[in-house]
Amino acid sequence: MSESLGWPLWEVFVRSSRGLSHVHAGSLHAPDAAMALRNARDLYTRRNEGVSIWVVPADAIAASDPDSKGSFFESPQGKDYRHATYYVKSEGVKHL
Amino acid sequence: MSEASATRITPGNALRPEDIALAVQHGTARPSEDVGEYALRLGDDALILAQRLGHWISRAPELEEDVALGNIALDQLGHARSFLTYAGAAWGKTEDELAYFRREPEFRSSHLFEQPNGDFAVTIVRQFIVSYYQYELYRRLTASADATLAAIAAKAVKEVDYHRDHSAQWVLRLALGTEESRRRLLAGFRLLWPYVGELFEDDDLTARLGDAAVVPSALRADFDQLTGEVLTEAEIEIPQVPAALGGGRQGRHSEHLGFILAEMQVLAREHPGADW
Amino acid sequence: MEQQLQAVSGAAAQQSPEQQADAEAGQAYFDRAMAADSRIEPRDWMPDAYRRTLVRQISQHAHSEIIGMQPEANWITRAPSLKRKAILMAKVQDEAGHGLYLYSAAETLGTSRDEMMGQLVAGKARYSSIFNYPTVTWADMGAIGWMVDGAAICNQVPLCRASFGPYGRAMVRVCKEESFHQRQGFEILLELANGTPAQKQMAQDAVNRWYAPSLMMFGPPDDDSPNSKQSMAWNIKRFSNDELRSRFVGMMAEQVKVLGLSLPDAEIRFNEETKKWEHGALDWDEFKEVLAGRGPCNAQRMERRREAHEGGAWVREAATAYAAKMAAKNEVAA
Repeated sequence: MSESLGWPLWEVFVRSSRGLSHVHAGSLHAPDAAMALRNARDLYTRRNEGVSIWVVPADAIAASDPDSKGSFFESPQGKDYRHATYYVKSEGVKHL
Repeated sequence: MSEASATRITPGNALRPEDIALAVQHGTARPSEDVGEYALRLGDDALILAQRLGHWISRAPELEEDVALGNIALDQLGHARSFLTYAGAAWGKTEDELAYFRREPEFRSSHLFEQPNGDFAVTIVRQFIVSYYQYELYRRLTASADATLAAIAAKAVKEVDYHRDHSAQWVLRLALGTEESRRRLLAGFRLLWPYVGELFEDDDLTARLGDAAVVPSALRADFDQLTGEVLTEAEIEIPQVPAALGGGRQGRHSEHLGFILAEMQVLAREHPGADW
Repeated sequence: MEQQLQAVSGAAAQQSPEQQADAEAGQAYFDRAMAADSRIEPRDWMPDAYRRTLVRQISQHAHSEIIGMQPEANWITRAPSLKRKAILMAKVQDEAGHGLYLYSAAETLGTSRDEMMGQLVAGKARYSSIFNYPTVTWADMGAIGWMVDGAAICNQVPLCRASFGPYGRAMVRVCKEESFHQRQGFEILLELANGTPAQKQMAQDAVNRWYAPSLMMFGPPDDDSPNSKQSMAWNIKRFSNDELRSRFVGMMAEQVKVLGLSLPDAEIRFNEETKKWEHGALDWDEFKEVLAGRGPCNAQRMERRREAHEGGAWVREAATAYAAKMAAKNEVAA
């Protein structure tokens, strides 16, 4: 058996209809990008789920560090003024 | 649910075999016997291939390929059902009566479609030849004077276009991958190329049908050119092998068809007249 | 949970002080997530035992999908109508897809699919033992869809909320796609039950054979299921084996009336006091025999999987070699 020859892992993103973003659908194995796209088409759009597909080698994705949740995502906390709901005095004014 | 947008499930609105059955029922689709005979040829090719490909599911070299071959088999089975439903209307028969209760000489499949799966390379070569042939055929049939044949072809040509791509991708990979894969692929081409000729043979029926059908010999040049482009990239020369005597269109079949039918028809024939 | 905490801190004794501090912070975070019924994602800290349990469970689940293709694929070429042939083909193909989704979920825990597949073909991994029974008639396609997929759905719906994110998400997709599997099985049986006497007999025979094995799919009785408690504490499992089995029996008991068939169990009843469905005794010795590899088809199923995997090695190698050649070519060109 040839364990070392396993095909690499790809992440699949599917756009479900025009105008929407590509959303992560899952992953699969394929020898290269061309086959990854085709496998993704067969695997993740068998029921009309998509109009466009992206595939990305799984190891090409850089991810934020889950252990630094606190500091990495702390800054937006408490900045309520970035949200429309912060501004209550204008409530009731039409078309605002 | 969070991923609802990526997993939306809808049935689609393409032409289905059930739509043909409805049209037949309402009398809007009424083939002559000649058109029925022609539809049988196309339907039997697709049916026998679907039967062959169906055997791969759970046996493919990788799980992704189980799914891919399954999709191709389902496409072919869909085309078969549409063509057979329409053909049956010429004699008052259903798709199942045609598929399960005809005898071997009454089938109209050509020999290439009946060839065994062999290894993955043989299956890919068979699919490669079939897909390029069917693509040229269906592409022209969309302009058929027979509206139902044209409608079935319009659905089928898009699906077969993908089969073409799938098999061409694999021809390249097997041809240029490893020594073993190349050896197996070349053996597949030598084994199956003799059956290519039969696909492009004209006869009285296609002549009589005029612009309702496609003249098989007219497809050959485009078939040769487009397969040639892939084969050049794959560094493969078309094997110099003599063409095999066909006869499938007249009911003279390979040794394989009898076994295919024995398996396919056994249950239905044990219970004639039953519904499933 | 307490025991688990101790086990982890015991292991932590051999770590450096920093690692130990990280592990303790991780454990605290994990415990809060469990208490809040929140989700764990692949890169989060998690106890080793949780990771091992998940890899085992998800890979077994994936193997079951893949081996489970075989008993149904057995009838694709003989399906008695073209419509049924198409449906069956689509269903078996879906199962390959479900296996793929599940292997992907397990891979996020750091075990490659090759490794899991290697364990399966080496006979070192388990899969649902029901797939070691033979499919001898067409009605088995109905019984598998109705009963086996029905039991699987009972198991899987709560798994959509499993604490491990990728597993839950895979199950959401699987459950959506499986909604047709059980219905098509039920319809096969319904057609047969309303067909000729021979067809009806075929349907009843299949229901008789698949009834007990499908009840056993929920696993051993609660008092004989050592891992269940821990899985429930980890929010992987939401309901006990017996609880799910009882619900399933209730559904079958009602649905079988629509079919006009019967279940081979005279002791099925609704217990008004406990508000639970009860069923007759099951032969757990047989269950253990089949699980241990002595079912009617264990060897055959494994051999088929091995053939496909090892027989396909040259194809996978060819595609890998081609990808490497093309990458090298592009590099030279660039």
